[in-house]
Amino acid sequence: MSTIPDNLKYAKSHEWVRIEDGTATIGITDHAQAELTDVVFVELPEAGRVLAAGDNCAVVESVKTASDLYAPVGGTVLEINAALADTPELANDSPFDEGWFFKLQLNGEPDTAHLLDAVGYAAQIGEA
Amino acid sequence: MPKRTPLYQQHLGLGARCIDFGGWEMPVQYTGIVAEHLAVRASAGVFDISHMGEIWVGGAYASEFLNQTLTNDIGLLAVGESQYTLMCNEAGGVIDDLYVYRIASEAFLLMVNATRISADLHWLEFQASNHGEDRSVKVGNQSEQTGAIAVQGPNALLFIDELLHGDGLIRAGRPSELVKNQVDAWPFGTGEVYVARTGYTGEEGFEIIAPNEQLVALWDAVLDIGQPHGIVPAGLGARDTLRLEMGYPLYGHELSEGLSPIEAGLGYFVKVDKGEFTGRSALMKQKDERPKKKIVAFKMNGKCPPPRQGYEVYNNLEARKDVWSVANAGLKPQETDPVIGVVTSGTQSPSLKCGIGMAHVHIDRAQVGTAIDVSIRGKRYPATVCKKPLYKKQ
Repeated sequence: MSTIPDNLKYAKSHEWVRIEDGTATIGITDHAQAELTDVVFVELPEAGRVLAAGDNCAVVESVKTASDLYAPVGGTVLEINAALADTPELANDSPFDEGWFFKLQLNGEPDTAHLLDAVGYAAQIGEA
Repeated sequence: MPKRTPLYQQHLGLGARCIDFGGWEMPVQYTGIVAEHLAVRASAGVFDISHMGEIWVGGAYASEFLNQTLTNDIGLLAVGESQYTLMCNEAGGVIDDLYVYRIASEAFLLMVNATRISADLHWLEFQASNHGEDRSVKVGNQSEQTGAIAVQGPNALLFIDELLHGDGLIRAGRPSELVKNQVDAWPFGTGEVYVARTGYTGEEGFEIIAPNEQLVALWDAVLDIGQPHGIVPAGLGARDTLRLEMGYPLYGHELSEGLSPIEAGLGYFVKVDKGEFTGRSALMKQKDERPKKKIVAFKMNGKCPPPRQGYEVYNNLEARKDVWSVANAGLKPQETDPVIGVVTSGTQSPSLKCGIGMAHVHIDRAQVGTAIDVSIRGKRYPATVCKKPLYKKQ
């Protein structure tokens, strides 16, 4: 069973988002990292880039494949996780904490109607 | 409906994740590709390779026939020895790469790629039908009744003798006494297995070919006996990263009917002086004239995404700057900076911790040490053409 924190929102494409104080922190879920296995490289968006919800904005590479990451909400890239770029295995070891991908500056209250809560995401990955 | 090997339930029990490989549902990994890869380099791993094909060629004229059908020299093989070889068409294109084991003076076992079994059989039977009434050979496909496992890694030598009792039926020694490319047979359960000192990882180790009925017992025994020596089950994912670190070709990536062994950098296994064989004149011509393109191994220079099959290869921008500043006046970008090749296989090397791969490039960019660029999602990353193997034991 994967870890699915209650305080996060989830995209069907396996990103999580934490919305607080006008920013959104984004990463990949425990289920996603387990499916990908050994993450060997991450390509993150540049700071200042403006993203719309659903934009293809990062790439996570395992030994076997490259997978795209989509912005769960729109905003401007505020900060990227430099530690993750240097140590991509953080995405495996600490997907909800040290393995975060990037932070967005939100433009007002984001639309989260398309996102799932922990219960909904658990159902989607068949762990309900 | 995908095909499954007799070890399918074993894989599920070990928590394997399975993928389709040429119509076979095979384990790609159990715990993780990197962990399995490193276990094979440091201790030992066992792979299910039962999807591969086993074809027997026998008869008084078998060695003569195989020497006319395969590129390496069968004449070099004593009973109980094996060699890597290629089967080519008239144009020198590769029908398959394979291992041929001389089990008896008139009986040869060919271990071929899973995806090529029917193409190989078709070609062997066609060649056999042209071999002459009075010099006939028997070609028998045993792929459906036979499986195999590969026990690879330095520690394989420490426990292989516990697996098989007594002396071998061919060479009359213990399994650990086999040297590279030797093969012998042992009774196992109610059947008989062939054990060869061969593999696809660059490590010490063995490949064991067994009747389907013996496979589960064999697999379980290897995991049991190897357990104190750190053995792990290893999937196709690790098999691919291990062979890439060695620069070994994989059919469908570095080898095809449209590409010759000379272009693939396998000229050593083409013995043009042994006499007539299929593809010989085309391959001799290529050896003399140099092919236009060649398969090379390369390493990415710095931290970058892993290279993958299909990525385009360019001249290295920095290294070619001088040439261009003189030559490119008035030319379009695609003329000054053409694609010089394509990645045929690529991955992140678990041992070297950098991107590695093989690529099919123009011959004048194929020398060891040549600086190249690999284009990854539209961005250029520098790499260097390297000597094989890419990984060498310290």
